Amino acid sequence: MGGTRVFGEPIPRREDPRLLTGQGRYLDDLGRDALAAAFVRSPHAHARILDIDVTDALDVDGLVAIYTWEDLPGRVAEPLPLLIPHPSLTHGRTAYPLARDVVRHVGEPVAMVVARDRYLAEDAASRIRVDYDPLPAVVGIEEAARAEHLVHDDVPGNVGAVLEQRTGDVDAAIEAAPHVLEFRLDIERSASMPLEGRGVYARWDADDGSLRVYSSTQASTSVRAAIAAKLGLPPGKVEVIAPDVGGGFGVKIVHPWPEEILVPWAARLLDREVKWTEDRREHFVAAAHERGQVQHVRVGFDDEGRVLGLDVRILHDHGAYTPYGVIIPIVTSTQLLGPYKIGAYRAEVVSLYTNTVIVTPYRGAGRPQGVFCMERTMDRIADHLGRDRAAVREVNLIRPDEFPYDQGLTFQDGRPLIYDSGDYPALLARIKELIGWDSFEEERARAAAEGRRIGIGLGCYVEGTGVGPYEGGHVEIDTSGRVHVATGLTSQGQGHETVFAQIAAAELGVPVEDVRVTTGDTRRFGYAVGTFASRAAVMSGNAIALAARKVREKALRIAAEALEADPRDLEITDGVVHVKGDPSAAVPLRTVAVLSNPLRYAFDEEAQRATQFAVGGDATEPPLRGEEPGLEGRDYYSPVRSTFAAGMHAAIVETDPDTAEVRILRYAVVHDCGRLINPRIVEGQIHGGVAQGIGGALYERMVYDESGQLLNASFMDFLMPYATEIPRIETAHLETPSPLNPLGIKGAGEAGVIPVSAVIASAVEDAEGIRVHSMPLSPDDLYRLRRRAERDESLRTRSGARAARERAT
Amino acid sequence: MKPPPFAYHAPATLAEALDVLAAHGADAKVLAGGQSLIPLLNMRLAEPGHIVDINRVAGLDGVRIVGSEEDAQAPPGGRTGGKGVRVGALARHAAVERSAGVAAVQPLLPAALRHVAHPVIRNRGTVVGSLAHADPAAELPAVLAVLGGTVEAVSAAGRRTIPAADFFTGPLESALRPGELAEAAFFPALPPRTGVAFTETSRRHGDYALAGVAAVVGLDEDLRVSTARVGYLGVAATPLVLDLTPRARQAQDGRPPGAADWSGVAGYVRDHLDPEPDIHAGADYRRHLAGVLTERALRAATADALDRAQTPGVHDEAEW
Amino acid sequence: MEETFEIELTVNGVHRTARAPARRLLSDLLRHDLGLTGTHVGCEHGVCGCCTVLLDGEPVRSCLMLAVTADGHEITTVEGLAGRDGTPSPVQRAFQECHGLQCGYCTPGFLCTVTALLRDNPRPTDEEVLEGISGNLCRCTGYQNIVASVHRAAELLAEEAR
Repeated sequence: MGGTRVFGEPIPRREDPRLLTGQGRYLDDLGRDALAAAFVRSPHAHARILDIDVTDALDVDGLVAIYTWEDLPGRVAEPLPLLIPHPSLTHGRTAYPLARDVVRHVGEPVAMVVARDRYLAEDAASRIRVDYDPLPAVVGIEEAARAEHLVHDDVPGNVGAVLEQRTGDVDAAIEAAPHVLEFRLDIERSASMPLEGRGVYARWDADDGSLRVYSSTQASTSVRAAIAAKLGLPPGKVEVIAPDVGGGFGVKIVHPWPEEILVPWAARLLDREVKWTEDRREHFVAAAHERGQVQHVRVGFDDEGRVLGLDVRILHDHGAYTPYGVIIPIVTSTQLLGPYKIGAYRAEVVSLYTNTVIVTPYRGAGRPQGVFCMERTMDRIADHLGRDRAAVREVNLIRPDEFPYDQGLTFQDGRPLIYDSGDYPALLARIKELIGWDSFEEERARAAAEGRRIGIGLGCYVEGTGVGPYEGGHVEIDTSGRVHVATGLTSQGQGHETVFAQIAAAELGVPVEDVRVTTGDTRRFGYAVGTFASRAAVMSGNAIALAARKVREKALRIAAEALEADPRDLEITDGVVHVKGDPSAAVPLRTVAVLSNPLRYAFDEEAQRATQFAVGGDATEPPLRGEEPGLEGRDYYSPVRSTFAAGMHAAIVETDPDTAEVRILRYAVVHDCGRLINPRIVEGQIHGGVAQGIGGALYERMVYDESGQLLNASFMDFLMPYATEIPRIETAHLETPSPLNPLGIKGAGEAGVIPVSAVIASAVEDAEGIRVHSMPLSPDDLYRLRRRAERDESLRTRSGARAARERAT
Repeated sequence: MKPPPFAYHAPATLAEALDVLAAHGADAKVLAGGQSLIPLLNMRLAEPGHIVDINRVAGLDGVRIVGSEEDAQAPPGGRTGGKGVRVGALARHAAVERSAGVAAVQPLLPAALRHVAHPVIRNRGTVVGSLAHADPAAELPAVLAVLGGTVEAVSAAGRRTIPAADFFTGPLESALRPGELAEAAFFPALPPRTGVAFTETSRRHGDYALAGVAAVVGLDEDLRVSTARVGYLGVAATPLVLDLTPRARQAQDGRPPGAADWSGVAGYVRDHLDPEPDIHAGADYRRHLAGVLTERALRAATADALDRAQTPGVHDEAEW
Repeated sequence: MEETFEIELTVNGVHRTARAPARRLLSDLLRHDLGLTGTHVGCEHGVCGCCTVLLDGEPVRSCLMLAVTADGHEITTVEGLAGRDGTPSPVQRAFQECHGLQCGYCTPGFLCTVTALLRDNPRPTDEEVLEGISGNLCRCTGYQNIVASVHRAAELLAEEAR
């Protein structure tokens, strides 16, 4: 491959210059003259709509239209699609784009207002009177499970799905185990909470009968398919573009959102541009949350801490509707196993309806909960046996010579859960070294001498990344030598324009500066799955590499003819095809691009110059001679199954003996996502993920009252960490290539967030000597835990700080 | 999240402002820094008919050191005409925080201001606005209360000076009447041999405190604690002030001030607080925390007082 | 019809006028009336800091200010941070060098805040940097590279001053 070494280099990002100068184009930056939409949303968690009276709104200046469910035609009026059906989802339910008779969570859209600007739209919305008959609200996992009231009349027990995963005879294994523990764990709701909310902007072209829609989405091709289907338009008459997107973290993978159907529909109906920009309050109550689970664990193990049987019963809160199916329960119940060999395993997830905002994947997508469960279990086993927590993990690890390792379950892609590669003992050794695991007792003693209380914690995970079914790439070299790369999946800040350019440049042998990347634009690439599950680099990265290889081969074929050489003797360096070892026998790719098209109108100098090469001179053959015109190529990458990245995190925390505040003194990450395309970008992904994990561990929760009101629906009260809350994160990488894909890469997007709650729980437990079984943990929570542990010995650990203190006295 | 419509008034003089306020009474809201009011408007939690934007009124942005040395000796609460800091209605938090004169005369003010939200908010928010907003979880009401300061209210009908003890009447409620404008606030100066401390615990840096304490400790000539007053935020419906002088004397119990045993004071404080729970912390924790912070603040304020008492001149000879 | 006001501002050194109702937020006036969409809106209640601009040189939340209040004042937005010839400012360059941004949505607010911070305090300590950016939320970077960017910008500014 040509001399441009760009794969693996920490090059600066291509997207930065525009984003740093205010030239980015996010959804609300577009459509300056568009009409604005606003929604009347339910103030009740559960109620029957008796009447909607718009009279007072009609005299609002600038009002254009008001729509309720009654106004919606045909397929627009139908319930939104259930995206991912699954046999276990026996009672899947989705919402109507505008509520039909019953609202099932605060924030559910009831009426849409279109007006000259958003101020006026909000004025009109505030004057629409909706008469509700409130119904009993089901809030919280336990209340849902009690099922005294139902979220959907036709869903008995509020149970949407019961999912079971099992290998071996878990009851027998636990029965026979020398040690058995049983306990309960709780994780509360958080949310993706990108700083840019959702948004949709639609333009109808009446002359052309076509629709152009911009959406702040993680899946523009699927949004297009949904709009085309709902509005009865041919796919070719709908374009969907994800412009610059201000963060996604999962919430923008859901599609179509009601607004993604309603805004284009209204734009066509009104023949006017219409835009809806979600505000922050809407985002809290009308987008999606994640994480809430209650886990009941029963584990049997031997004297070494080897897990012989693990039985987990999980209650999962999926909110009012299930548009995204049971993906989170599947991920939790499979990824729970982490880097370990577990004797026999059973996980039963009961997925429950509540009168709260829907639950769909947020970075990690069920993994943080699964890892919390497994890692808390490891710590419990270590404490029970009085063994080192790292040593207990060590005896359970899958060994490097056991790959590919079949966990015997079915993963989220419907394929067997087979780990492709990894070196977990090396990860453990490296994280222990990085955090100073083995010398921590001395550090603890030094701190204790100063009256300070510190603790250390550890968490390990395996993350299935790069799930299929496919992504595609298109690579085209134009007659000025520029390389245009397109892929259908979208970007929300991950630096795809940079890493995909690096891949294409490396494959083609061109300077990375010559490569332009477009993502998430159905005009450039029509088939894609989307950006989620840490899949973009693996899926589109490999697809682009394959497409680039096609283009390279084609370029070499054409150049070989021009140079009268054997293609096998050619290589490409800095955008020039030349004979290996003879730079004088050369033809630039821009010329090859001209030669690739038998139509040689001399629009530019390059085309004129190209006439010196007599290509296609054989009068007996058709001019194209079996090639498509143009120096371009398209290919798809479709893996047999996912690839599995892994990592281990460790932290040292200090707890204030008086105020019960938790401070993270150090945080270390060792991470293995195969070959790194751009280490700086991977590092950034880890930093950001850890910060979100810390948010979930110590700060963020969704506080619903019993009537289903979200009490902290603002940035004042939903406590996302600022810079002052996040410690410096120390990172190290292992690179175990994936054997599954041409580039040997694994995904990295979610790695940072996955084990953080487990790590912080482990460290706080170690500092305090009190069992930590729920997250997040506020100072008030820790204070109350301390009080309870004073009275209840079962809440105290045998090892760690408290035990040391008690031994000392 | 866009403000509802309102009639907008931008008076150029105080007299004009008072006329508008008089005309619209309770239907008018004063806009100064807007850091509390505009969020309420954006969420349409407040829908006033009239906004009186005082940002163009001349002469309201003063931060002045006023009064004489002698006046400063007057007992707390009786210092309205004494030495101190007079902060005008348009003085931004940042201006007061950065004023060397203020720091010299009343160091509790900059100490507390550093905890008010974030620097960017302090660039725009005003001290008097914070007081008028009367949030019991906010820092400045507790500071005004513990120092026994006052608010100067003015209306078309005339002026009145409202002592802090009467000013804060409930959560987000003050003694300001419809038609009245809080023109300035007065924070009495720190007497000699007196130290201060401000400490709070918040969920995130810059958030409203779960509980916070502003402490003022005075020493007599023999370096015995002569006064110990503590103002609390976040533990009651209004900023709460406890006079802990007798407890502090007990805590000192013949020891040098730096060696006082403050733990008993914390217990006393816990017995005298009845905080409300909210989504960030329960009542028990807030009560506990208030005790912890009291101990810390009294210790720090005593150290500060000792420092000032032992290095006279350094602190008292501030620039005027 | 709602009453409108003629609002005159100097934005990034250019005199601009717009007619808007009194309730128009400065953030909306900049973005929608003047077309300067670099200033972003993340929460509209003053917490996230995405909308931070410089008002007479000092960083303020443009979502917590009525445009009409800003009449007669000078505003600098992210579009005005680069040199007149388009050369990125040291702060902008440092953010790219240190990978101090990912999705870029919070970035304009950080850039404005940091520009003022380093003007007032050219060699901030770690603690001063944290305090300085403590009112700006970022959901992508975990802040580590933002802090590094601020220190790097301080270096670049010092080099430039030499």
